[in-house]
Amino acid sequence: MITKRIIPCLDVRDGRVVKGVNFKGLGDVASPVELAEYYSGAGADELVFYDITASAEGRKLFTDVLCETASKVFIPLTVGGGINTLRDFDRVLKCGADKVSVNSGAIRDPSLIDAASERYGSQCVVLSVDVARVGGEFHVFAKGGREDTGMEAIGWIRRCVEHGAGEIVVNSIDTDGVKRGFDLDLLAKVCFNVKIPVIASGGAGSVAHFIDLFRTLPGVDAGLAASVFHFGEIRIGDLKAAMAAEGIPVRL
Amino acid sequence: MTAIVDYGVGNLFSLKCSLSYIGEKACVTGSPEEILAADRIILPGVGAFGDAAAKLRETGLDDVILRAVSSGKPLLGICLGMQLLFDESLEFGVHKGLGLIPGRVVPLEEIPGWDTRLKIPHIGWNSLEKRQDSPLLKYTADGEYVYFVHSFYAEARDEDIAAVATYGGKVTAVVQHGNVFGCQFHPEKSGNAGLAILRAFCGIGGDGQC
Repeated sequence: MITKRIIPCLDVRDGRVVKGVNFKGLGDVASPVELAEYYSGAGADELVFYDITASAEGRKLFTDVLCETASKVFIPLTVGGGINTLRDFDRVLKCGADKVSVNSGAIRDPSLIDAASERYGSQCVVLSVDVARVGGEFHVFAKGGREDTGMEAIGWIRRCVEHGAGEIVVNSIDTDGVKRGFDLDLLAKVCFNVKIPVIASGGAGSVAHFIDLFRTLPGVDAGLAASVFHFGEIRIGDLKAAMAAEGIPVRL
Repeated sequence: MTAIVDYGVGNLFSLKCSLSYIGEKACVTGSPEEILAADRIILPGVGAFGDAAAKLRETGLDDVILRAVSSGKPLLGICLGMQLLFDESLEFGVHKGLGLIPGRVVPLEEIPGWDTRLKIPHIGWNSLEKRQDSPLLKYTADGEYVYFVHSFYAEARDEDIAAVATYGGKVTAVVQHGNVFGCQFHPEKSGNAGLAILRAFCGIGGDGQC
């Protein structure tokens, strides 16, 4: 049976993990390679690396880290951050990424999705979208959630799917960091409107939030989170055991 | 030595790394000499069947693979590489495959028992249901999870199917026909369960070192 996926997300700047990591018994916890190995061993189904570097030197460090991770960790790797052209796709795919997520790059130039899905296949192109409520509507935000594009979110997502996106990461700005659970209203709307895998992001604070997510919305395929995993507030092994006990299919 | 066939389709970095990780020497190559000199061959592939089959023909590597197989070398097709082992595919028209395993590749919706609520592609971790013993599954327990990404599946004969996965109906997951093997999923992305399958493949024929 196909299982629901649990995906830790690592923000990487200049080759190091940021957002703080606080594990007992792990040496250099700022090393993305070590953290990726740790998560893979702990039962993560997939990993997302976001490159939040601005400089060219940082980019080089990021791809070095990616290559090293891909040579030691054999679960799917998605890479995002700073993906604006087909050359960016090429750069990270050559270093072992399996999927590439586009966000602001697709907002600037939606044809990037067509071009990338044509060249690498839809399964390789993940649309990442930051969404917040503005005057009773869901709007798409750009530049790491700082800029309201004015675009209505569901329309944008549908358009990207038509253009060849193969999966969607829906990140709710309204619930992100609040730790009171995923944005079920937003996610329900997305699931109703698309037939490709949906990855929920933003708001996870406890094991119960993941269970609530998958029980309420069977159309959601995966849950993504960062700091709750990094700080050990949720252990992936415990989370998956709890999901299995609730009858949610997981890979144990 | 395992030759990973490079015919311009897909990203072979992870596959090469996974073989190094289990201690198997591997080279990514499009050279007929190197492929024919290897102990075993892996045919990878992502993307569309028609394009991939055309590239194999243009490079002449289709004949090289057929020669190697008829000389008894073990061959493992992965994902689209597995689909290419069959007679034909109905992905965007009818395309001829390598014809090493009887059967054809059809859309997942055509699977008996298909549930229209299911998403396509079939993406994610699904469990293997073993149907018969195969040296490829020597270290694999029934129910192990592996990572799938595909929209088409192989309609094969029961006697060639070593394992299936349930998605709507029964999806052909592992095939074996003589010295020709195939995995619909990605063993190089399936954690320890996938590495165990690659290790088993590297123990078939040749030097049997790993």
